[in-house]
Amino acid sequence: MVAVSSTDAFVVFDHVQKSYDGTSLVVKDLNLAIGKGEFLTMLGPSGSGKTTCLMMLAGFETATNGEITLDGRPINQVPPHKRGIGMVFQNYALFPHMTVGENLSFPLEVRGMGKSDREAKVKRALDMVQMYAFINRRPSQLSGGQQQRIALARALVFDPKLVLMDEPLGALDKQLREHMQFEIKHLHESLGITVVYVTHDQGEALTMSDRVAVFNDGRIQQLAPPSDLYERPDNSFVAGFIGENNKLHGTLEDVSGGRATVRLTTGELIDATAVNVSTKGQSTLVSIRPERVEYKPELLPAGAHTIDAEVLEFIYMGDMFRTRLRVAGSDDFVIKSRNTLGQRMLAPGEKIKIGWAPQDARALDPQ
Amino acid sequence: MSQITTNGDLTTSDGRPLKAALAAAQFRAKRRAFFLVAPLLLFIIVSFILPIGQMLHRSVFHDGFAANAPDVKAWFAVNPDGTAPDEAAYAALAQDFKAMKADKTAGIAGTRVNYTLPETRSLITATARVADDLAPPYKDAFLALNPKWGDAAVWQAMRSASSAYTADFYLISTDRERAADGTIQKVPENTRIYIYLFVKTFLLSAVITVICFFLAFPVAHLLATLPTARANLMMILVLLPFWTSLLVRTTSWIVLLQGQGVVNDVLIALGIVGDDGRLKMMYNQAGTIIVMTHVLLPFMILPLYSVMKTIPPSYARAARSLGATSWTTFRRIYLPQTLPGIGAGALLVFILAVGYYITPALVGGADGQLISNFIDFHMDKSNWSLAAALSAMLLGGVLVLYWLYDRLVGIDNLKLG
Amino acid sequence: MKKLLILTTALTGVAFAAQADVTVMSWGGAYGAAQTEAHVKPFAAKTGIATIMVDSDNPATPLKAMVEAGNVTIDVASVEYADAIRLCDEGVLEPIDVAALPAGADGVAAADDFLPGAVTDCGVSTDIWANIFAYDTTKITGTVPTTVADFFDLEKFPGKRGLKKGAKAVLEFALMGDGVAPADVYATLGTPEGLDKAFAKLDTIKSEVVWWEAGAQPPQLLADGEVVMTTAYNGRIFNAAVGEGKPFAIVWDGQIFENEMYVVPKGAPNKDAAMQFIQFATSTEGLQAQAMQISYGPARKSANATEILYKDGKTVMGPNLPTAPENMKNALETSSSFWVDKDAELNERFNAWLATN
Repeated sequence: MVAVSSTDAFVVFDHVQKSYDGTSLVVKDLNLAIGKGEFLTMLGPSGSGKTTCLMMLAGFETATNGEITLDGRPINQVPPHKRGIGMVFQNYALFPHMTVGENLSFPLEVRGMGKSDREAKVKRALDMVQMYAFINRRPSQLSGGQQQRIALARALVFDPKLVLMDEPLGALDKQLREHMQFEIKHLHESLGITVVYVTHDQGEALTMSDRVAVFNDGRIQQLAPPSDLYERPDNSFVAGFIGENNKLHGTLEDVSGGRATVRLTTGELIDATAVNVSTKGQSTLVSIRPERVEYKPELLPAGAHTIDAEVLEFIYMGDMFRTRLRVAGSDDFVIKSRNTLGQRMLAPGEKIKIGWAPQDARALDPQ
Repeated sequence: MSQITTNGDLTTSDGRPLKAALAAAQFRAKRRAFFLVAPLLLFIIVSFILPIGQMLHRSVFHDGFAANAPDVKAWFAVNPDGTAPDEAAYAALAQDFKAMKADKTAGIAGTRVNYTLPETRSLITATARVADDLAPPYKDAFLALNPKWGDAAVWQAMRSASSAYTADFYLISTDRERAADGTIQKVPENTRIYIYLFVKTFLLSAVITVICFFLAFPVAHLLATLPTARANLMMILVLLPFWTSLLVRTTSWIVLLQGQGVVNDVLIALGIVGDDGRLKMMYNQAGTIIVMTHVLLPFMILPLYSVMKTIPPSYARAARSLGATSWTTFRRIYLPQTLPGIGAGALLVFILAVGYYITPALVGGADGQLISNFIDFHMDKSNWSLAAALSAMLLGGVLVLYWLYDRLVGIDNLKLG
Repeated sequence: MKKLLILTTALTGVAFAAQADVTVMSWGGAYGAAQTEAHVKPFAAKTGIATIMVDSDNPATPLKAMVEAGNVTIDVASVEYADAIRLCDEGVLEPIDVAALPAGADGVAAADDFLPGAVTDCGVSTDIWANIFAYDTTKITGTVPTTVADFFDLEKFPGKRGLKKGAKAVLEFALMGDGVAPADVYATLGTPEGLDKAFAKLDTIKSEVVWWEAGAQPPQLLADGEVVMTTAYNGRIFNAAVGEGKPFAIVWDGQIFENEMYVVPKGAPNKDAAMQFIQFATSTEGLQAQAMQISYGPARKSANATEILYKDGKTVMGPNLPTAPENMKNALETSSSFWVDKDAELNERFNAWLATN
């Protein structure tokens, strides 16, 4: 986990607010510090404010209130072309009337760099993405993945300290996307640049980031490294947004030392960890990841509560089994189990008992 | 299954050559496609190709004299260029004049000769009027009637007119004439007009195109970047002139711009100009430019708009993020991408302006007239051949420009929407 | 702007023409109205032949185009004298049988009753009209223009001038303005030097000229204040002044008069009815009826024998006609033979002069 205090941060959002129409806020009181060399992803559904934050950082939108600083310098009044931030756009935004070489040369030209320096830098940037052979092509003659590499090279060619990426892989097919994720990650590590990456794809966010800021409704819901985000979501939005997730409604029966007992609406008692609920009798939503549910009683910790379940459907997925159960009156409770040697295949109609370690069930706000 | 025959050509499974089978299969598709476009093709041939062909034919054809003076024509045919007219020639001429008087065709015949040599129309019509009194010896009779009949230039003109096909109208269109000895020379300075008008028409059209571009570019940009609802409203304002009659628009400008018009009245009321300093904005070149710019503006805005609409704002953002100032971004990134629209708009406006007729006719006064007004003038005067020759030259000029455009910008780099 | 209205009317007129038995094409404005009141309506009432009037800037132009295109939609046209002769030469017009024209009210045969030249092979005079110049008496006060030279005197009378856009009558007017006596005008104009002289005179006012094309325009230009004086057809000014009370005055010095001719185009759809119309319209009564509508003189002796009153019932037409002796002091009759021969080339020169320099 990378902890960044706002004093040694490279980019700081300080109480930033943004409104387009003067009646509602798109970004509500954003506070965020990004460390030097960090790969930070802004993740969230569309309309959550993540892209607006990126645009404010790039200088294409102005903050309605609050201050953004870059390397210790307030940049609200700095026009985009003086911020020195590299940016990769969703549709690549390669200039269609220029060749690949001219595209890369452009940021160097406007900086007044000499011809030989430019050529050297362009070559280096293209080599970095293994695209030097395409220097004289037009963007329209390249495939999506190739355009993506060029866009990346162009954003890096003038050695920016900060690179912003706005859903750069959205238009690529799955295989290419995964490949590019690794390449971007690799470039980030080898160049030591700071990257702010915007996406709505949680897989991408978890794969690439040092930290992920989950946006919803104009606020950061949780800012954490990927593993924390998945295993220890702070609230039910994050729990629901990241990964697959079983939800059970109930009320807090007992809370002691972070450990909670929850009585479900159907009457059963289950174990959970209290996250953002504390008062007895408070209603809560318990979130359990499918792969953490256990149906072999011998593997459960001593004293753990179990509840009855009925198998509705069994799906064979190769490496995994996916079983849909009826639990506490709900028909969409899912468990996943690895296809290990001797793993039991459940049959529809079978009655079983399930349970989990208390730390794997998180009692969250009921939303 | 295709098989390879001994000579190496592919055949189909039933033994036909593959090429023939393919051609047969494609023929059916082509025939069907042809029938689909046939109505349009027919329409274009009837309403476009044929009239243009006829116009080009007219520009080199006038049988006003050739058809009505068969005897002299026959004499010209057997006597080579330069032969002095003998008694037989005058006799043939007398014969033709008698026929002309009977058929009342002296006017047409005279008109044709007059195109080649001015002031011969009266000679021919006057002679035809008294043709019945002509008696041998014809040469003396003609010379007694008018000594001009002994003039070699007149005979040269008649020889030229006795052929229905002639390049004379193109000579006139380029301010040239045939001298008495048959050589081509420029007409006297005070009657030179067409070259001047062609140059003026093309220059004025270029000026109008440039003004249209500078006015249309910001408007089109605004249209392309405004939110849809407001862009639609503005689009209606742009298109509104299209839904208004051209005459109404033009006369509205007259009301606005004339000496006693609204604009001048306002300027005087504001004390900007005095009553004796009323601006001359109508019935002159300025009027033609102002009104034609207004009329043709949408033809520039629409192609520009349609191109700008397809340029995502991310290009400009990318350029800015790469370090370009807003001016550099405009010059290096935005403007080059609007080139197809600029090309289409400019070509459209220019070609329309070159052929514009009604606006200069109404607001051009004396010095705001364009070549099309003179084409109209000659059509009014039933001088179809000269009108056709001028039109053909105009068409040629536009084609040359089109060719130049293709060479410089590339016609495939043209986008109308 | 008037021209547009006329154009539009002409177009709609032609569209309707197919339904009428006799279609007359004239010059529109006050003149067309006069012929409608004096000839078209009474003829229709008397004979029951449906007759309508359509307008044109110059009926000779569409007439020729119609005959050449073989699609004649008019039966009678009112054209200038030179055009009547020229079109006749070109075989575009039907010949007129002078013997069929009605005798004068006093019984004198038509051939003797008409003034010399008023009946030609293909046309019959409907009136004698004149090119004059006029000014607005409220705009020019004190010294008023009295001679054709005053029209060209920009120092004495500053301001815009209206002139007809065309060579005819303008070149003669310029020469008279330069002091050439009416009797010498055509002889002078026939020489290259004389022609240059005419254009040189026009050059002196060229920058101040507003060119008009339709007969209805000059009174409008005067009324709008666009010009301080303008050449015009005398009847248009008379009707604006007397009929509509406009403060216009006519200067008769240097007037150029000629016969206006009714002609029948070759291939007229209703040729017989057209001839009947012409006989009716050019009778003594027909000519007098037109002279009651507009100040153009009848070309029959019998029609001039009695005093004609304007349609307002009090204005005596006599002194307002081009043919009145006091108006004829420095007058020029258009030479049809000159214009028949030279129309094309002089207009070409005129256009070149107009469009260049």
